[in-house]
Amino acid sequence: MNKEIFSAVRPAIVLTILFALLLGLVYPLAMTGIGQLLFPNAANGSLVTENGKVIGSAVVGQAFVSDRYFQTRPSAAGKGYDGMSSSGSNLGPTSQALADRVKADVDKRQAEGVAIVPNDLVTASGSGLDPDLSPAAALVQVPRIAKVRGLPQAEVKALVDAAIVLPLAGFLGEPRVNVLALNRSLDRLKVAAIAPAPAGAIAIVPAPAL
Amino acid sequence: MTIQGWTLIALFIGILLVLTKPMGMWLHALFEGRRTPLHVVLGPVESGFYRLAGIDPTVDQGWRRYAVHMLVFNFVLLLFTYAVLRLQGVLPLNGLGYGAASEHLSFNTAISFATNTNWQSYGGESTLSNLSQMLGLTIHNFLSAATGIALAFALFRGFARRSAAGIGNFWADMTRVTLYLLLPLCMISALFHIANGVPQTLAASVEVTTVEGATQTLALGPVASQEAIKMLGTNGGGFFNANSAHPFENPNAITNLVQMLSIFVIAFGMTWVFGKAVGNQRQGWAILTAMLVLFVVGVGITYWQEAIGNPVLHGLGVAGGNMEGKEVRFGIVASSLFAVVTTAASCGAVNAMHDSFTALGGMIPLFNMQLGEVVIGGVGAGIYGFLMFAILAVFVAGLMVGRTPEYVGKKIESREVKLAVLAIAVLPLAILGMTSLASVMDAGLAGPLNKGPHGFSEILYAFTSATANNGSAFVGLTANTPFYNGLLGVAMWLGRFFVIVPMLAIAGSLAAKRYTPTSAGSLPTTGPLWVGLLVGIILILGGLTFLPSLALGPIVDHLAMIDGKLS
Repeated sequence: MNKEIFSAVRPAIVLTILFALLLGLVYPLAMTGIGQLLFPNAANGSLVTENGKVIGSAVVGQAFVSDRYFQTRPSAAGKGYDGMSSSGSNLGPTSQALADRVKADVDKRQAEGVAIVPNDLVTASGSGLDPDLSPAAALVQVPRIAKVRGLPQAEVKALVDAAIVLPLAGFLGEPRVNVLALNRSLDRLKVAAIAPAPAGAIAIVPAPAL
Repeated sequence: MTIQGWTLIALFIGILLVLTKPMGMWLHALFEGRRTPLHVVLGPVESGFYRLAGIDPTVDQGWRRYAVHMLVFNFVLLLFTYAVLRLQGVLPLNGLGYGAASEHLSFNTAISFATNTNWQSYGGESTLSNLSQMLGLTIHNFLSAATGIALAFALFRGFARRSAAGIGNFWADMTRVTLYLLLPLCMISALFHIANGVPQTLAASVEVTTVEGATQTLALGPVASQEAIKMLGTNGGGFFNANSAHPFENPNAITNLVQMLSIFVIAFGMTWVFGKAVGNQRQGWAILTAMLVLFVVGVGITYWQEAIGNPVLHGLGVAGGNMEGKEVRFGIVASSLFAVVTTAASCGAVNAMHDSFTALGGMIPLFNMQLGEVVIGGVGAGIYGFLMFAILAVFVAGLMVGRTPEYVGKKIESREVKLAVLAIAVLPLAILGMTSLASVMDAGLAGPLNKGPHGFSEILYAFTSATANNGSAFVGLTANTPFYNGLLGVAMWLGRFFVIVPMLAIAGSLAAKRYTPTSAGSLPTTGPLWVGLLVGIILILGGLTFLPSLALGPIVDHLAMIDGKLS
């Protein structure tokens, strides 16, 4: 037995070092190099810039709490959409805390005139950084936003319809709306309504493709 | 439940069945040590590694030597990762300036990765530097997976060889699997993930001024390279706290599908290798069929329960299925499927929070792990665990109908049955023993976030996940404490190595036996009868052992849920 242990020591130590170099350094660094070369935008977080400033990531959600915007789902990441502490609520199905939280959110939506609340609008996502809403959860917010912004409902609804991403081949994925892209198109709409800009500036930002 | 949902599930299984044979053939080449096309590039690396380490890959090791060398190697790896985590504060690539991980957290994490568990007591983005992720964790993701496959190879040789003294060479098996299978596949997978929006950078974070004017800091890092092996090696330890629910780990439905396929593809291929090794392909397909029966039933139950949703929330005026803890881009079906896949294999990655599943929807992942993760199973570990049940099934059939206990040409005698029982008994002993302990100690009771039966489920899930080397969690449990880090570390160690050693002993004893040709007295181990017997044995053993604990947790929780009793 001792002889067997002894005979394993050199291979174990040497292979640990060699594999640490290969798998722990060469592999991730090579992937970093190739990734940065081929897909520089995606490899750095798919950042979205406006006027030279980084305003978010196309794949990660950010908080929208104002009534003027399509609001995002509740988030358990830190104090909400904290990119440094992703987390779900982890509340179980019979949790009183979950029922209380959902009730408060449902009451708020019902006060806005929403009769049946879409499930994703009042539940916290797994990451706390969900970038999307279901089309239903976006559509129930249209009347409020139209009212606050003084826009025709049809115009706001058209934005949502244009932003809906359908599942690939009809079943791969869920119908969804990227909230950041949708809200940016909402802001552009307002600018356009006040001061008609030259053609091209009104373009609605499409939701990022799958 | 929708047609689209079941289409996804059917497509998922269909793709895997198509990949089974090609994956199996590639694995079989490594099993036999044959040359592959990749030897042109990686052959010199392999032989260079052997030369520096003083390894002769042609030496055939007996089971004791194979086991000891595997254990020593894993112990050295463990020390290495412990050192990296403890020295994190002074090592480079630490953009956020994190200090050393605590002793108990480092202990827990090092064991966790060495045992292919990847239990996340740490919160990736808030505890670990980029160097720790790469050097400390990624290396284990490869090598613990390669170890699992090597061990399964050793057991296959036990069945396949006749009157042989050895079961292969651990160093050669492990190195070949890493170089010719895991590394190339991971390079492809990592690039695919980057192209789809998974970051791969040495920057630690980026600051963002949101549209509403708030500041949001997004954690970044070499995510894609770790994501690839995390799934393919059924490790499951996420770069981020939220694991594959995090949009940077799993940005869309296609990456999600690829991640689920990555979890299963090697395990599917391993059933083919087994059939090929024992000279009858139908033996492999029979095993895969039994696994798939259990898998599909599990998926059906979880999907059904999650699609129905939580009656407590319906009462408040919320429409639809259970979306708490789930991402919109995955929805009900891809989250349910992922949960069952990750616990059927020993992966433990999550794309939705299992803690927030409905009571019965969350019970299936728990039960999958309690069955020993033999439903498909982790790379290597799944099939060797399953073969322990096959040995028992042959023995039980022998008792019932007076057949000679034989399996694929080897007589199953009392030594093998005893060792198989030993390997299988570790799971209930550790899970139920430690859960009981935590349920009566103050340090244990301080853990659960949820009250009532769901709190008990959180504790039970933790010890189940650790012992079964899964690593998923009901994350509500506060487990980064000396009590849980310590006890769960022990559970992971028991669950991995106290299964492996008896299993290798079986391999050794089988290899030494002569071939017994099939006779009129042998039980056929390929047909529907055999598949039914296997499924029955697994369910009866798992059911009898764990049903009482499930009754106390998820089942009471379910009754409370439909009754609207909150706690």
